[in-house]
Amino acid sequence: MSLKHDIAFTLNGVQRKVTVEVGMSALAMLRDVIGLTGTKYGCGEGECGACTIIVDGATLNSCLMFAVDCDGRRVTTIEGLTGDARADALRDAFVAHGAVQCGFCTPGLMVQASHLLAHHPEVDAAAVKRGIEGNLCRCTGYKKIVEAIVSASHVEQGAAR
Amino acid sequence: MKVADRPAAIAPDTLIGKRIPKMDAPEKASGKTRYIHDINLPGQLHAKILRSARVHARIVRIDTSAARRLPGVHVVLTAADLPDQRPIGVAKDHLPLKRDRVRSQRDEIAAVAADSEEIAEQALRLIKVDYEDLPVVSNALDAIKPDAVLIHPEPHGADGSHLHLKPGVPIAFAGKKDNIAMRFDYAHGDVVQGESQSDVVIEDTFKLHYVTHCCMGVSGVIADFDASGNLLMYSNTQVPFLHKREFAEYLNMDPARIRIVQPPIGGGFGSKLDIYPFEVICVFLARAARRPVKLVFSREEEFLASPTRQPVLLTLRSGCRRDGTLTFRQVHTLHDNGAYTSWGATTPFVMMQTFSSLYRVPHCEYHTTAVYTNNPYAGSFRGYGNLQATFAVEAHMDKLAEAIGMDPLEFRLKNAQVPGEVTGQGMSFKSCGFQDCLKTAAARSDYQRKRRECVAARDKSGPIKRGIGIASMLHVGGGAKIYPSDGCGTILKIDDFAHVTLITGASEIGQGSETVLSQLVCEELGLPISSVTVVNNDTDITPWDVGVHASRTTFIAGNSAIGAAKKAKAKILAAAAKKFECAEGDLTLRGGHIVRAASGEPLIDLARLMRSLHFSDKAELVMTTFYYEPPSQHQDKGFKGDVSAAYAWATQVVEVEVDTDTGIVKMTRVTGAHDVGRVLNRLGIEGQIEGGVVMGQGYALTENLMIEEGRMRNPSFRDYKLVTAPEIPEIDVSFIESMDGEGPQGAKGVGEAPAICIAAATANAIENATGVRIYELPFTPEKVYRALHGSAEKLYWKPWKPE
Repeated sequence: MSLKHDIAFTLNGVQRKVTVEVGMSALAMLRDVIGLTGTKYGCGEGECGACTIIVDGATLNSCLMFAVDCDGRRVTTIEGLTGDARADALRDAFVAHGAVQCGFCTPGLMVQASHLLAHHPEVDAAAVKRGIEGNLCRCTGYKKIVEAIVSASHVEQGAAR
Repeated sequence: MKVADRPAAIAPDTLIGKRIPKMDAPEKASGKTRYIHDINLPGQLHAKILRSARVHARIVRIDTSAARRLPGVHVVLTAADLPDQRPIGVAKDHLPLKRDRVRSQRDEIAAVAADSEEIAEQALRLIKVDYEDLPVVSNALDAIKPDAVLIHPEPHGADGSHLHLKPGVPIAFAGKKDNIAMRFDYAHGDVVQGESQSDVVIEDTFKLHYVTHCCMGVSGVIADFDASGNLLMYSNTQVPFLHKREFAEYLNMDPARIRIVQPPIGGGFGSKLDIYPFEVICVFLARAARRPVKLVFSREEEFLASPTRQPVLLTLRSGCRRDGTLTFRQVHTLHDNGAYTSWGATTPFVMMQTFSSLYRVPHCEYHTTAVYTNNPYAGSFRGYGNLQATFAVEAHMDKLAEAIGMDPLEFRLKNAQVPGEVTGQGMSFKSCGFQDCLKTAAARSDYQRKRRECVAARDKSGPIKRGIGIASMLHVGGGAKIYPSDGCGTILKIDDFAHVTLITGASEIGQGSETVLSQLVCEELGLPISSVTVVNNDTDITPWDVGVHASRTTFIAGNSAIGAAKKAKAKILAAAAKKFECAEGDLTLRGGHIVRAASGEPLIDLARLMRSLHFSDKAELVMTTFYYEPPSQHQDKGFKGDVSAAYAWATQVVEVEVDTDTGIVKMTRVTGAHDVGRVLNRLGIEGQIEGGVVMGQGYALTENLMIEEGRMRNPSFRDYKLVTAPEIPEIDVSFIESMDGEGPQGAKGVGEAPAICIAAATANAIENATGVRIYELPFTPEKVYRALHGSAEKLYWKPWKPE
């Protein structure tokens, strides 16, 4: 017998009500209950960053967060980045700079990077490397991911001036 | 394109060498790509596998009754439920569900299909297994002792007598009278003669460790039978057509009734070349349940039940003359095969190429014995044995140079292969930029000056010592003829709107093949890359291909795609020539138009011409097919032959900082020069090389799958350390364009190359920094500290091979 709990939260700008099992992770809720599969399971223990989401302005590994703890919060996933100017610039930069290979880590990195740029609009390569150190990538060797994020930050600064 | 847009003249343009973004990148960067984990079929059940709690044991009893009674459980299977199981693996040495014995920690004992993963997991906990422990063989050296416990003993009758089964019966049933899984013995020349001509002879033992692929997307499969008994599988395989045939054998089915669809793959790196028990088990469950069944690993399971890179113990004896000419190489290796045989056991095919042919060696002998133990079993992994072989060879290149007082770069240049060479192993180097790779990487890194300065700075005060090391590699770059065919088929159609559908046998595993194949097609047809759709993931649609391995896709599938595009172009130009009453040779395709080749004057846009062909009294559609088989040879029984249509070369220079107080090695810079034939997609090739460099960095410094008494101690990303972003070195990549005559637009394969020499170059760099050579990977702080501070024993394995 598993206990269930009703929660309400803002998901990608839209109010959601969901019934979840109390032991369920936010990751499982997003993927299996709500059906947003952009957030990936990579390890289930907070080590790889593939499941990175933004909750009340902070990035975290959704595999380590209980679904019930989303109650009353603002949650942003990779799907919620669409249409946002910063996210569009980032996505274009990931594509143009070759930051995507198998792509499995990419949504987590996109979310992490958009959060990084939101809080630190002027980043250099060293700051980006620190900012994404919790996200593992096995294909790219990170170089092009770092270049993409740095270039997106330049786009944004350029646009702001 | 509208006629009104037609320019006065269209100049020739090329896509080759440009930075072309991957076609699948926008979807992936938006989180919209559906990997196998994201696919669910209506009515689907979820499967879980019960693995052995013991490393080596007899299975006395399995009680599944409580699991079968659990609500939500549809099927529970053990070997007893599947009397017709057939052995799987490269040596057919195990059953998907183990019968009477477990031989490693990963061994599959039972499987459950249930309404949810949670119920399936609960059911596993209700299965009771009684074991009778057997002695564990956890070391390859123990496995070859005369009285060693046998991992696959021959079966006995009820009275204890040997059951002498017919020859040809698979090892899974007939067993083996020793622990030797595979042997490779190769020779060219006469090493005794070579040694007698040597001024310097050195011998060392090297030890290479376990690492694993760590694909970011865990393994998974979905199996579904239709009402007529046809099987549809969603699979992560890198070799769909080989798997179709093998699954048919394991399932006693007609291969024609198996369809494999490959969703986008979350990383391959060679891990998906073999069929593993979980895949067959999932099909068994779907067959029994008559429902679609999905089986996806947890990360822990991914570590426990995935293949590893083959751990190797290797003793190398090499010699040279005082003038710097190599005289001979003699190699003995012992491979820990693990409990079963997968592709890891066959890595000697590649290893011996490095020993025999990277440098000119007149006399070479190579012996490998792969032995069964109770450890995890090794599969194929990017580089396929070449990392291990290169590690040993390049250490000896430095040591021999030092012994005769020659600069290590000069020594390498003196012995490096040149174009036109046919090696003792029969490999024919038609294009070979090896010397240019050496010179370019050395010049761009300032190798010779830095090397001298680092030696001079060793005795200065302060714990940080800097070093620079060089290493090179040779790898197949034009396919590898290890199966009866090494070919790939293409079907190409151009529709009424000049949109191209490229249907290729070659799978995309993240490496960018669909982009590079589209580029090659567009280059022929004078179209932008956006005018292509690639279909490459369904065995019922795509033509045959041997699979994604051996760095072969760009070369083999590329040549196949070009062949189909050329045929389409010829058809189009013939029709246009008729229409415009000129010679075909006067016309060409540029910018989506048929143009006069000499002036660039556009005559008609391609879409209009296509429609005019279609809607005419001799109605015709432009559809072509092409099959490319490379002009390579199978090896003979002595492993000699020109197995690849082209060979790739690379030199990498690694710079390190060694903290002698802590043993921490920091990789600061990697300078690579790669003979890739020709750069096709500059963005893609840079990315593949950078990724390979960092994978090599992990192999050298951080990654270590710890196996103790057959048990994996660190099956998680917390304890298995992948390189993270702040640790990556500066990477400088140069391309040597040797323009291979057989390659697509001159290109050669590059997928595996960048990972191969990093560990070897790192070892040489640490030696340059500290004066201490370390013969064992990985260079963890503890190992480096012990080596620097004198408490490490010099490893030595006395060369051995079975009589």
